[in-house]
Amino acid sequence: MAEIRNYTMNFGPQHPAAHGVLRLVLELDGEVVRRADPHIGLLHRATEKLAESKTYLQSVPYMDRLDYVSMMVNEHAYVMAIEKLLGIDVPLRAQYIRVMFDEITRILNHLLWIGAHALDVGAMTMFLYAFREREDLMDCYEAVSGARMHAAYYRPGGVYRDLPDTMPRYQSSKIHNEQQTRSRNQNREGSLLDFIEDFTNRFPKYVDEYETLLTDNRIWKQRLVDIGVVSPERAKALGFTGPMLRGSGVEWDLRKKQPYEVYDRMDFDIPVGVNGDCYDRYLVRMEEFRQSNKIIRQCVEWLRQNPGPVITDNHKVAPPSRVNMKQNMEEMIHHFKLFTEGFHVPPGETYAAVEHPKGEFGIYLVSNGANKPYRLKIRAPGFAHLASLDEMSKGHMIADVVAIIGTQDIVFGEIDR
Amino acid sequence: MPNSIREEKLAEKLQITLADKVVKSQIEFGELTIMMHARDMLSVGKLLRDEPDFGFDTLIDVCGIDYLTYGENLAIKHELRDKRFGVIYHLLSVSLNHRLRIRILAENNEYPVVDSVTEIWPVADWFEREAFDLYGIVFDGHHDLRRLLTDYGFIGNPFRKDFPLTGYVEMRYDENQKRVIYQPVTIEPREITPHVIREEHYGDCES
Repeated sequence: MAEIRNYTMNFGPQHPAAHGVLRLVLELDGEVVRRADPHIGLLHRATEKLAESKTYLQSVPYMDRLDYVSMMVNEHAYVMAIEKLLGIDVPLRAQYIRVMFDEITRILNHLLWIGAHALDVGAMTMFLYAFREREDLMDCYEAVSGARMHAAYYRPGGVYRDLPDTMPRYQSSKIHNEQQTRSRNQNREGSLLDFIEDFTNRFPKYVDEYETLLTDNRIWKQRLVDIGVVSPERAKALGFTGPMLRGSGVEWDLRKKQPYEVYDRMDFDIPVGVNGDCYDRYLVRMEEFRQSNKIIRQCVEWLRQNPGPVITDNHKVAPPSRVNMKQNMEEMIHHFKLFTEGFHVPPGETYAAVEHPKGEFGIYLVSNGANKPYRLKIRAPGFAHLASLDEMSKGHMIADVVAIIGTQDIVFGEIDR
Repeated sequence: MPNSIREEKLAEKLQITLADKVVKSQIEFGELTIMMHARDMLSVGKLLRDEPDFGFDTLIDVCGIDYLTYGENLAIKHELRDKRFGVIYHLLSVSLNHRLRIRILAENNEYPVVDSVTEIWPVADWFEREAFDLYGIVFDGHHDLRRLLTDYGFIGNPFRKDFPLTGYVEMRYDENQKRVIYQPVTIEPREITPHVIREEHYGDCES
């Protein structure tokens, strides 16, 4: 009889379902996966090392580029770590703005996840729907920071500036005539908060649309139910956090358990799964859409009624206003020192974690009193999730590997750092 | 800080259970850090996971650190005693909702070795590979200690403080040889903002 040997196959690094630059060495027995060995690091930029040679403020935009689909949440953990070491307080309005944008980012991230995941599994339409909504939220990013993705909006001590009174508008072109443009700009007449409120009114219906397409879809269920089952004990041992852990039925959410900013004032629920398979994780994330939407509404309501400062008035950390800088000698010096030398962080070490859309995103910051970090360690949730790919895909078919990569919500910016 | 009551209780319990194994424990910013000898890590790790009072069922993070340029005063404060490499564990108990940071130092600066905790927390697998890759810290007992993030065939440990930011080699496509080649780096290392440590109370208005 002929000798039967396992077949080794390279999956990626240039494969659309690999969600970036994942090189996966699969050992196959027929079509069944016996071993999966992910080779990562193709997007390694040594962010942590680069941060050691930059001032604290200069590293903020690097954080956007970690998980490049949930930009502001990455910044959030970083500025929280700095604030902890400096011992500065963040104005309440800035905390609300941060929470609101954290949740906008969560929706952004989950929209990309559902689009890419569904596309991998075979539902093309979802991708188009998800990107339609992403467009609106990216406009919110643009309105506050000027950039659609890499915002650099959160700063140590608050946020860069207050919410704007106007939204960027479409202009008529060859493709869209005057009348069409007017109707497209209809919800952009008011302030950013009006636009966001309008979005939160529309969004639950969109989620219903997604659910109509997927939740009871026979093909979708065939591809996801009982795929990549992880028990709660195993999920904890494998270091799962976020929806991956909640999908396995563990009720754990940093926003509830170790609340930061103003999450303890928010009314929302944590969805948890039962079986710990891909389908449960899908349902958990779908419910998170609705809960995030709820949090955004609460923030909008509060922000409308409570104007105030959005960044600390400690000018050793945050720049003075432009007008004061031009008229006041001391403010001038602050401004100069802040942007040449940067601020100094007292010696110490801290770990700040936020509930990232993908799980627990943490920044471990060690300072030796200089204007640059001594050591910055980024704890990326996807890193622990991808490490478990071998265990999750063992014994599954090769097509299921794609579903498992999709359910893990892999983004290489944060895994390779 | 109101939150640190929980940490104080935990520190007390740790002190009672582990006794002399804890070299030092401190609470800063409501976070509990304990320093231990590297040789105790395995036994303590098992205890921390299995003892119901501690219940550290998840390891959030493992990272290496190089204390080469940490500064004299801080080195004394943290009792480094000329040891260069450390490993830092961030533990989390999902069931009891508390955190703990453990710092151990590798005995040998030339060939830093510590025990692997993959047996206790499987999640440590990649984190340890990463620390091995970037700092050259060897984790004894790890089943598959390979480089993780750097290029295939990479030489050196890039996150060590004596490794230049620009690295040693760069890669480009060579038209004549029709392949990608490695060559010594052509960019000059430069520092735009100098690294400054100010004396204490620098620029304080009150003093």
